[in-house]
Amino acid sequence: MVGFLSSVKKRLRLEPGASSGDGDPVVAELRAALAPDRVRYDGAQRSLLSHDASIYDGGVAGPVCFPINTAEVQAIMRIALKHERNVVPRGAGTGLAGGAIPLGAPIVVTVTKMNAITEIDTDNRIAWVEPGVVNLDLTRHLEPLGFHFAPDPSSQQVCTIGGNVANNSGGPHCLAYGVTNAHVQAIEVVLPSGDVVMLGGLEAEPCGYDLRGAFIGSEGTLGIATKVAVTMTPNPPAVKTLLLSFKTVRDAANTVSQIIADGIVPAALEVMDQRITQAVEAYVHAGYPTDAGAVLLAEVDGLAESIEIDAARITEIGHENKALNVRVAADEAERAALWKGRKTAFGAIAQIAPDYYLHDTVVPRSALADVLEEVYAIAERHELIVMNVFHAGDGNLHPLLVFDAREPGVVERVHAAGDDILRASLAAGGVLSGEHGIGVEKQKFMDLFFTDEDLAHQNRLRQAFDPGCRTNPGKVIPSGHSCADIQALRSVPNEVWA
Amino acid sequence: MTSQTQPRLHVTDETLLAFAAEVGDSGPVAVEGGRTRWAAGGEPTPDVRLVTAPTGIVDYVPDEMTVTVRAGTSVADLHAALAEQGQRTALPERGGTVGGALAVGENSVHVLGRGRVRTAALQVRYVSDDGRLVTGGGPTVKNVTGFDLPRLMVGSLGTLGLIAEVILRTNPIPAITRWVGSADVDPFAVLDTVLRPGAVLWNGATTWIELEGHGAAVDAEQQRLAEIGTFIEAAGPPPLPKHRWSLEPAAMRSTEQFGDGSWVASVGVGTVWCDQPQPQRQPDLGVQALGDRIREQFDPRGRLNPGRTPGSN
Repeated sequence: MVGFLSSVKKRLRLEPGASSGDGDPVVAELRAALAPDRVRYDGAQRSLLSHDASIYDGGVAGPVCFPINTAEVQAIMRIALKHERNVVPRGAGTGLAGGAIPLGAPIVVTVTKMNAITEIDTDNRIAWVEPGVVNLDLTRHLEPLGFHFAPDPSSQQVCTIGGNVANNSGGPHCLAYGVTNAHVQAIEVVLPSGDVVMLGGLEAEPCGYDLRGAFIGSEGTLGIATKVAVTMTPNPPAVKTLLLSFKTVRDAANTVSQIIADGIVPAALEVMDQRITQAVEAYVHAGYPTDAGAVLLAEVDGLAESIEIDAARITEIGHENKALNVRVAADEAERAALWKGRKTAFGAIAQIAPDYYLHDTVVPRSALADVLEEVYAIAERHELIVMNVFHAGDGNLHPLLVFDAREPGVVERVHAAGDDILRASLAAGGVLSGEHGIGVEKQKFMDLFFTDEDLAHQNRLRQAFDPGCRTNPGKVIPSGHSCADIQALRSVPNEVWA
Repeated sequence: MTSQTQPRLHVTDETLLAFAAEVGDSGPVAVEGGRTRWAAGGEPTPDVRLVTAPTGIVDYVPDEMTVTVRAGTSVADLHAALAEQGQRTALPERGGTVGGALAVGENSVHVLGRGRVRTAALQVRYVSDDGRLVTGGGPTVKNVTGFDLPRLMVGSLGTLGLIAEVILRTNPIPAITRWVGSADVDPFAVLDTVLRPGAVLWNGATTWIELEGHGAAVDAEQQRLAEIGTFIEAAGPPPLPKHRWSLEPAAMRSTEQFGDGSWVASVGVGTVWCDQPQPQRQPDLGVQALGDRIREQFDPRGRLNPGRTPGSN
């Protein structure tokens, strides 16, 4: 695949200052359908959008479109269909699995200019938003009304609702509230055919198959979302955030398991190991204990009468599991500081090394402590530094391998360690990804998790939406199970887009 | 790869394989569960061969809040086993099977508190049109590995595959459940007063509310409710009329549409149980065409539950 991509790259002669695409009929049609300044073909723009937040290169962007409404997205799809070109939708490009990387010089459809919150329907508790609305902007908009959008990925300050839909995004508070799928009722989608359909609906049980559910998490391979009806979740009247410190990660993990076994479903249960806690504390000065082996951030929300009971029980369970200290955030400022530390953890590691590779697997909660021990051993074996910050409540691990890419051979070691972590997670009864998706990063592992038959059935869904496999080709389903994708990628004509 | 790293998914299960063999790869076939919603989406054509899904709870780990259960198991049996550990699922309790509840996809009357059926299934193992065992989703409470086939299977009336075994999300049963009723409260104001009710039901005259949680919290909610209406404790939900309507929550304010006879509306949800059947809903033609293509992909010979169409009355 890498060799194939590099040959495409050479063919395309992608370099800054490359031609404007004026002679290309597709670019001309796109510019006529949108506006000349919203179809970019300069080298800088194409180079920028050849990447996302993952460590994968090998992406090659074709013309980059910035549509402003559904009709323009539809026009792009029809032009792509007519000329048999591929299309890749894109939000803020914060994905970590390479899902937004354009393979084979497709038309890149960036939805960031479609960023209006078009309707607040309080009677139905629904907000209609365009896909380019930033996750945190939506929550801030709903705040004065007493509501929020529950999924809160760490990238929420920049990631878009369209991207959240594509990845079925989670976040710390999905433990109690559920991931994006539970908070999206309807999606207007431009299909690869150019047809516009409304998947799902606001009714209690929409008609027909749950195509809404099938679309969410499909990583941009089934079409482009142009409007999304999201659930407005009432803000809880009371919140309590507890910081528990432990001598070992195992004690923290055992506490998490026992809290769940006790029938408490906190809003969030987040664990950070000592290394990441030290980095975070040096970065945000939130008062995290730097001498503990692990810290557990536990948040309960709801009625004041409930959270007092839950917080007291969590404190008890912490002590039963050898907590060194249990601290309750005294006020909103302290709570905000603790969360700022957790949510900026990935920024904090820049003090330690210039590069990092963030993993994402899920294991059964009961296996957390054992798998983490294995993760540390794997890092040691590959002579790498690993830090762990994770959504402990749902078993979602995020091992963070930090390194300096200038060191010869280190990137190979990082990849090898990542492979070992994935295999260890699967062996413990886990899955390949909890919230980052498959993209190009984990395609080669899909065979370890699914049978050929399983993958063939996923491809059936893909084929029903996108028979030509031209929307975000080369993602999710490994190539051996999705021949049409490969054909779509190989069909890039010589010298096109050059 | 060593054998110890074989994912559990690939472990052969003789019971499921026997069900797959029974379904086979030819002739029209339909699954018979509890027959509680047999006519939902149309009855199967008379020529179908009826099969029954295997039964039994395969694996239940309360700490994981998941349960692996075969599709033929009754929801009542499943919930009885879960209740011993203080847990439950979103599936409705109306006498049917786990597979039937998922295939029909109708929510429980307690949907506000227990969640929607469509988010309950974490993994679905089903028998395909060609008699093969297929798995979608995964065993953990959070998972984005591959396309979300479990979502597609819920509510599909067995037209895309015949559900054999599922892993379901479980939830803790709250310490206290208390029903209260009022004849003078505005039912639509209740959701602004009660944070997370189990259900809010209204028949045009009376409003029933299911309060759940710690005792102190339920008492506090009941006190807050007293500020917006006169409430007395109720034994439980009212009897529900036969037909089921599906509306936008806001559309339930127009009660004249329910016609003569009784009705009970689920406030904040949009489900209405009504003496009169709901007029046939018209799905968008584009969505219908997409649904047809999906059915064609998953069952090109039309042998799975022929005669049934999700979304038709």
